Amino acid sequence: MSRISPLFEQLRTDKRTALIPYITAGDPTPGATVDIMHALVAGGADAIELGVPFSDPMADGPVIAAAHERALVHHVGLRHVLGMVQVFRQSNQHTPIILMGYQNPIEAMGIAVFAERAQAAGVDGVLTVDLPPEEANTAAGIYAAVQIDPIFLIAPTTHADRIRIIAKLATGFVYYVSLKGVTGAQNLDTQALAERVRAIRQDCSLPVGVGFGIRDAPTAAAVGQVADAVIIGSALVRIIAELGQGDPATLQQKVQAFMTEIRSALDRS
Amino acid sequence: MKAPMRDANTFNFAQFPDAHGRFGEFGGKYVAETLMEPIQELQDAYAHFRSDPEFVREFETDLRDYVGRPSAMYFAARMSEAYGTQIWFKREDLNHTGAHKINNAIGQALLAKRLGKTRIIAETGAGQHGVATATVAARLGLECVIYMGAEDIERQQPNVFRMKLLGATVVSVESGTRTLKDALNEAMRDWVTNVDNTFYIIGTVAGPHPYPQMVRDFQSVIGTEARAQLLEKTGRLPDAVVACVGGGSNAIGIFHAFLNDERVALYGAEAGGDGIETGRHAAPLSAGRPGVLHGMRTYLMEDDDGQIIGTHSISAGLDYPGVGPEHSWLKDLGRVTYDGITDDEAMSAFHDVMRFEGIIPALESSHAVAYAKKLASLYGKDKIILVNLSGRGDKDINTVAKLEGITL
Ligand SMILES: Cc1ncc(COP(=O)(O)O)c(C=O)c1O
Repeated sequence: MSRISPLFEQLRTDKRTALIPYITAGDPTPGATVDIMHALVAGGADAIELGVPFSDPMADGPVIAAAHERALVHHVGLRHVLGMVQVFRQSNQHTPIILMGYQNPIEAMGIAVFAERAQAAGVDGVLTVDLPPEEANTAAGIYAAVQIDPIFLIAPTTHADRIRIIAKLATGFVYYVSLKGVTGAQNLDTQALAERVRAIRQDCSLPVGVGFGIRDAPTAAAVGQVADAVIIGSALVRIIAELGQGDPATLQQKVQAFMTEIRSALDRS
Repeated sequence: MKAPMRDANTFNFAQFPDAHGRFGEFGGKYVAETLMEPIQELQDAYAHFRSDPEFVREFETDLRDYVGRPSAMYFAARMSEAYGTQIWFKREDLNHTGAHKINNAIGQALLAKRLGKTRIIAETGAGQHGVATATVAARLGLECVIYMGAEDIERQQPNVFRMKLLGATVVSVESGTRTLKDALNEAMRDWVTNVDNTFYIIGTVAGPHPYPQMVRDFQSVIGTEARAQLLEKTGRLPDAVVACVGGGSNAIGIFHAFLNDERVALYGAEAGGDGIETGRHAAPLSAGRPGVLHGMRTYLMEDDDGQIIGTHSISAGLDYPGVGPEHSWLKDLGRVTYDGITDDEAMSAFHDVMRFEGIIPALESSHAVAYAKKLASLYGKDKIILVNLSGRGDKDINTVAKLEGITL
């Protein structure tokens, strides 16, 4: 079993909501990523979503797409990302890591080779944005064999019959995309969100994480009322974009402080 | 690559793609979850309307009265003399808006109207598909936004201005390599965000299912007409059919009617740029490998990390690192032969068409003519090569002038 299900078990016992930040590996530099990951955990992150840079991040908005471009300046690819996870694991064995990215880099390595290397490096889940369940049978089987959870997206447009298909393939948790649109979009309707999450739970017994459109402590707290996990991406990546050129220690402090702020908002609510 | 088995007597190309949108291992629907429902809606709508007599009638009427179909079949006499074989042009350059792209834009716009969408978006490379889309949007009174790479905007100024005159908003795409693939990414982002009121008219036989099938169906009028016209004018089928391949829509359009004619050889001219061996080209079928991009599994140009690499071609319409999935399948089946034509070869063919035939061909189409010239050297006087002249080259005169050091 990966680290993901035990984490959600523990959180349920503790009556806490998981905080899962997203960063793009290699942004602003390959050397900075592992330190940022540790800072995220120090600030209260329960798991980390680590973006694998891709030349064509179609489902990402301008903020995260720019992070991919910054990482690609340093030619950060899947092999390097697995190396970063391995280094992170030398001093952290408990925080689940979910790789988030696109299918082509995985296929270029070979799905089976990737699964084996990812498992050896200490990866817990893989979310492939452009691999809906219809295309994911082979990959999901390969990941299951090495105890890596295939994480799937559920969208506002996803009907109940598809949620059931997703529920059959998914393990670990499901990721509800709270908005139509790309990552980094704005307008979140928490009322509608609550209804959607309730509907998802009818067809899927896995924990439900919610992402897209959560940008600060108040939105995180509101989402935390209904979700098992709150996923923060663009808001965090924006901080990295602003401070990435400066002193790495300052960047780590800021990232940690941002996590702490969200964490306490979640724990208060 | 393994060669899939195919019995030429029983195999029917028209039966593909399968229910999952696959051509063998190629095609499919590799998109983010948010787009799965809209794509299913589109697939259902298309499945319904493609056999709706009213829809088909409206499409055919528009092709006749608005586009000017059937397009002419022309015997290129002086070029045939010079090349030493019989060269025929399917004159898609004579269509309204100057290329084959309008056939597909009309079909998809009729679908958009029936689905009640009020906003049309599209990506464009050379600007031909953008112009075709802006044209049909104007005609139907729909809002229109065209995504175009910043680099393409620079080299296709006349088409940018045409789109604006037609009332479209042209968005300059600054991300990635600032060409067609990035314009497609941006259009996809728009579509995910505005799925409720927006119809995305993809300009070629690429993208997630049902686009490769739908665009092929709308473009297959080219080959259906050409086959009948050539039979009528020469009493027989051609020995070879040649078309340029960017995303592959004009090529599939003319090939489709000939796929089951096993004795007709089919050739696709990819953009060879500076030469396949230099790496500076846009020829995924000739020099790429299968991967996943823009919603489909297909041949791609990528590096060892699976990153899509920058392409180069003199012609913006061929400057794309992927290709429609049906072409990938036809390549592996051995039914179509694909090869790269360099910028220089295309330029030389461009001049040939102008001087022998008094036609300004698009730089894209010039790649097909250059391929025909190569084949002609292997053929004799009694052979017939059908070339798809996919578009006219007025849009390219600035590029040509610049290349030849002339200021207009
Ligand atoms: C005249 C012409 N031919 C060919 C193409 C390439 O597209 P496709 O391969 O889809 O026919 C274009 C694209 O802009 C074009 O304008």
